[in-house]
Amino acid sequence: MKLIRGYPEYMRESIEMVEKTRERRLKEVYRRLSADEKEELLRKYHPDYRPEGKRPIKIGPNKGDYAPHEVVDLLEAHPLINPDEIDLSQIDYDVDILIIGGGGAGTVAALWANYEGIPAENILIATKLRHGDANSIMAQGGIQAADRPEDSPYWHYLDVIGGGHFANKPELVKILVTDALLIMKWHEELGVMYDKDDNGEFIERPGGGTCRNRLHSAKDYTGLEIFRVIRDEARNRDIPVLEFSPAVELIKDENGNIAGAVLYNMETRQYYVVRAKATILATGGFGRLHIQGFPTTNHYGATADGIVIAYRAGAKLRDMDATQYHPTGAAYPEQIVGLLITEKVRGMGAQLVNKYGEQFIYPLEPRDVESAAIIRECYELNNGVITPTGMRGVWLDSPMIEIIHGEGAIQKNLAAMYRMFKRFGIDMTQDPILVFPTLHYMNGGVEINEYAQTTVPGLFAAGEVTGGVHGKNRLMGNSLLDYNVFGRRAGIYAAKRVKRGVTVGKLTLQHVYDYEKMLSEAGIVTDRKSPILLPDYRGKAVLARQIDLVL
Amino acid sequence: MGKSKAALKEVEKPKMEMVTIYIMGKAYKVPAGLTIMKAMEYAGYRFIRGAGCRAGFCGACATIYRFKDDYKLYMALACQTPVEDGMYLTQIPFVPANKAKYDINKVSPTASSIIRYYPEITRCVSCNTCTKACPQELNVMDYIQASLRGDIETAAKLSFDCIQCGLCAARCPAEIAHYHVAQLVRRLYAKYYLKPSKNLEKRLKEIQEGKYEEMLNKLMKMSKEELKKLYESREIEKVGVSE
Repeated sequence: MKLIRGYPEYMRESIEMVEKTRERRLKEVYRRLSADEKEELLRKYHPDYRPEGKRPIKIGPNKGDYAPHEVVDLLEAHPLINPDEIDLSQIDYDVDILIIGGGGAGTVAALWANYEGIPAENILIATKLRHGDANSIMAQGGIQAADRPEDSPYWHYLDVIGGGHFANKPELVKILVTDALLIMKWHEELGVMYDKDDNGEFIERPGGGTCRNRLHSAKDYTGLEIFRVIRDEARNRDIPVLEFSPAVELIKDENGNIAGAVLYNMETRQYYVVRAKATILATGGFGRLHIQGFPTTNHYGATADGIVIAYRAGAKLRDMDATQYHPTGAAYPEQIVGLLITEKVRGMGAQLVNKYGEQFIYPLEPRDVESAAIIRECYELNNGVITPTGMRGVWLDSPMIEIIHGEGAIQKNLAAMYRMFKRFGIDMTQDPILVFPTLHYMNGGVEINEYAQTTVPGLFAAGEVTGGVHGKNRLMGNSLLDYNVFGRRAGIYAAKRVKRGVTVGKLTLQHVYDYEKMLSEAGIVTDRKSPILLPDYRGKAVLARQIDLVL
Repeated sequence: MGKSKAALKEVEKPKMEMVTIYIMGKAYKVPAGLTIMKAMEYAGYRFIRGAGCRAGFCGACATIYRFKDDYKLYMALACQTPVEDGMYLTQIPFVPANKAKYDINKVSPTASSIIRYYPEITRCVSCNTCTKACPQELNVMDYIQASLRGDIETAAKLSFDCIQCGLCAARCPAEIAHYHVAQLVRRLYAKYYLKPSKNLEKRLKEIQEGKYEEMLNKLMKMSKEELKKLYESREIEKVGVSE
């Protein structure tokens, strides 16, 4: 297929229409939807509202609650390990605090536990891939904190709870918006290279659903920049990290406290027993489950392992029926379908337009509303552009940014986006880019309180694996904030628990046997096993002839 | 307009064109147009190492390749690079490199302190191999040279888009771990060259003094209807940058 500057000829015809309307649209502000209009749009077009996409959970603390089939499948599955084969009398790692997950929340928790007085050698971060293979480093657009005089934690609170459809846990929202300031101060002191003006004030932009310009960024590598600094700090402080060793089951003690975990070394295929006085779950979300078949922005390991093992240990979940589809995933070219196009592109003025170059939604509505509007435009009104592989999408008119902010604004502020499209022959400073919603974030998760405690004693949790902070829909810039705020709290309160002096009783996996019993009593007959640890993208032809021989 | 509309509905069906790639020397036929990462999966590889974010941000999938009869060695990220016919490739999923330990509060932002932690940067022979190795196309040699001169601002800005894949360190004849040097330099720049925000300082103090306590507690107790009303009547700040 012949491509002209990255696009086939028929797509170029639509681009010409986008160019024709651009000058007029620069002055045109699409009206914001009323609350009722938003609700109707969501009900009709948002994937969460499709009844065929979910079912009630049959067993456990959330029995009767709805969740996507892909999640319920993992909850209604047998454990990956056979507990009979695990020897709990031989402890491989005996620590004060076990942190499961080496992304943002886990690393922040480790640092603050260490600041709180737990020696580094008594902390262990166990993680599935490398230290930092997490969605935390992929966040592009920014982090919210209400520091400008025009802003206040009051407005931040209202934005968060309105964006979350008033389903958030209020005490967690209050902490999110107030602790935000001390997190930003901490980052300044650590040396996170935020975009600032000459006086040291942060350059702040709007995000979808924010009523004030509140997005602090570091170009469009915000997540990467924050994480590589905190990881550097963890390395300076000698925090031990065990890579390629995910937790496959939590361990309890005879008193019902969480007392560590069984880890699985994916390279040597052996298990390790970790005993801990406090355990912090920081395993992130579920993008790689490809809910309702959507592509995802998430990293390779986002398979909801933490949800599975916490649920088996009796932890309560919440809001698992709410999935975030980021409105602007790449829809073309095929090689990058589903990858994130940061909301900052819209924050800087790029509009969403259909194949005729016309706007159909205000560009900075909350994410779920934007996604629903794009789905309607493509599948109900047939105003989307169809790609050579049959995907549909709408245009994100990126050249507007250069007109509004001046030539070079994209390379300066959106270097990662520019680079990604350039690698595939598309110059987003000259041509619009094609987008469609992509699976982005697990809005719900393990329920926590102000102290990052779950409903099971001894188990703390922070970051995307938790639910309640964002209600039914998270706003841009609040996940980086979330993992810092609650990662810090998890570290501090886990340390306090240790310092109070907890004695760990005899270790047990009885809850795993009990869960098996629940499965059979509920009549669930399946050969599924969980957690799944990694998605499987191998070619069908290969899998058809695959045999497992023991070498 | 009508004609264009009709034209837009025309969609070409792609043909499954195949190319041959050599994964660590072994030939596999894979569909053209796939990224190296997806092509390896198509061929039957299931990654444990060598795949991370799959979006060009993490550096887990650093890959080197050559073509037959071409002396040149190419570097790429497997997740961001389409396969080409005749690629001989291997991944470099890990690069051993020493990271210095420091207390950032006690490091002065000067050339001499960078050299104290990373003395090997003085061995740089300006061969530019690091720059050629960088899949992000950064001017790696230039930021090492800037670090040597104590030009911390330039070094921090030139290295900012680094994803720490380590290919520079793997290729350097002077055995420099460039990306670790850059990490130190950026932290020094942000901490000692960028001024602290006065707005932040002020707001933090207000919060610690409990200025918003009552206001937020009131919001927390409100019914959904009351909150909804407040939410709907928020005044929205003008779209644009506030600087």
